Amino acid sequence: MACFARFVRLVLGVAGLLLLVSAASPSVAQQVNPTASAVKEQQLLQELNRVQGRVSIPDQRSGVLEQPAGREWREFRNVTLRWIGGIAILGMLAALVIFYLSRGMVRLQSGRSGRTIVRFSAFERFVHWMTATCFIILAISGLNVTFGRPLLLPLIGHEAFSEWSQWAKYVHNYLSFPFTIGVVLIFLMWIAGNIPNKVDVDWIKRGGGIVGHDHPPAYRFNAGQKAIYWIVVIGGGLVAATGYALMFPFYLSGIEGMQLAQIVHSIVAMLFTAVMLAHIYIGTIGMEGAFEAMGSGTVDVNWAREHHNLWLEEENARDARPQPSVTAAE
Amino acid sequence: MARMKFLCDADRCIECNACVTACKNEHEVPWGINRRRVVTIADGKPGERSVSMACMHCTDAPCAAVCPVNCFYTTADGVVLHSKDLCIGCGYCFYACPFGAPQYPKVGNFGSRGKMDKCTYCAGGPEADGSKEEYEKYGANRLAEGKLPLCAEMCSTKSLLAGDGEIIAQIYKERVLKRGYGSGAWGWKTAYRETIES
Repeated sequence: MACFARFVRLVLGVAGLLLLVSAASPSVAQQVNPTASAVKEQQLLQELNRVQGRVSIPDQRSGVLEQPAGREWREFRNVTLRWIGGIAILGMLAALVIFYLSRGMVRLQSGRSGRTIVRFSAFERFVHWMTATCFIILAISGLNVTFGRPLLLPLIGHEAFSEWSQWAKYVHNYLSFPFTIGVVLIFLMWIAGNIPNKVDVDWIKRGGGIVGHDHPPAYRFNAGQKAIYWIVVIGGGLVAATGYALMFPFYLSGIEGMQLAQIVHSIVAMLFTAVMLAHIYIGTIGMEGAFEAMGSGTVDVNWAREHHNLWLEEENARDARPQPSVTAAE
Repeated sequence: MARMKFLCDADRCIECNACVTACKNEHEVPWGINRRRVVTIADGKPGERSVSMACMHCTDAPCAAVCPVNCFYTTADGVVLHSKDLCIGCGYCFYACPFGAPQYPKVGNFGSRGKMDKCTYCAGGPEADGSKEEYEKYGANRLAEGKLPLCAEMCSTKSLLAGDGEIIAQIYKERVLKRGYGSGAWGWKTAYRETIES
């Protein structure tokens, strides 16, 4: 019995060995190269500029294995944007200084009449200053992200700079809400006076009241103010939309969308800031009598006649209509 | 000094996700964050490959270049680390990173990304090596104890290699030579601007 068992074991062993040999030999003969058919990194990168696959963890966004597009974004953020911002903002400042030195404050040619006319209501002024305050803080905290590291960090050190930047980030995020509301209100309350018309063509040809030396006719808003209006509405809309896309990551797009959003956000914001410097200049030291419009809300009648004669006529006509009965009664 | 790198031999990775789990456990990584993950490309198709990916600790790291507060630093071993005390959670490193390594815990309401978290190559952060503060912010500092990253150390197929770049590249080259094939060192060209000839 033991002899038979030994025989069975031997047979099984030989059979097993034969099986192993026969199974092993074909694979050696074929020389399989598994990578010949395998996915290749460089090929995938060339096709889509990224490598994406499946992940078994819940965070499906981590399925993007590799996305070297960040390199171009890095170049933009560290080099291109700094040039754009530097040229736009410093260029504008330099232009304004030169302009002020050569032209000085544009004076009221006919002096003050002493009579005033309401130009902006309390609500209009509130919306303007709310948006303006938010804009200035947003601009400073935003510029800190682009220029803080090379300019401010070496001066105040790592800890202080991080602390300030952290607060700047919070403020930048939260003030975006009143700013957006302000832009929407500005769009709604001043749209009527800001539709371009024929008068604007003549105004632009004559260089307006600040570049040119005469006073081309204008309604409530001249072509320059209309330009500012549309820059605020369109530029403000763009920075708000792209800003929220960055604030709520992955709600609207993946990383490539956020890179694009940051590019649009920062370029528009830089140009916006440069334009606003000019706006601030004209509204303060650039033109006599202009600040009062947003300050007290009233302007001198002579100022209105010189800069917005058609608007003044409209206002007078409106006031005049009930007036005849008053004068008749006198 | 060594130049520490990661290398995932995609021909060996079996997508067991043990590296992912080990990393989360070792560092008590916050909920919702994975410092390492395994991505399967061409899943279910011929030529499918799985790659374990985390921060590659790039040469000339893009995250460090774009950080507005300069909170990144590179150790003498070539490991890219950052300070959570300086990080403001702006999200820029995450736009720049080719490997999706930086992640942010969701703290509070909208707009408040927490401090960025990413793979530390098991090398902790700027706090004193092995201190409680370091562990709470960055996880274990195995490198200071003379150990390599846990994900690579416990990889069951030895697919994931960690260590000095030249040594792991040599190991990979020998493997490729011996078995006759290799799908390359994934991410190396992007991270280190070099490839391993095979």
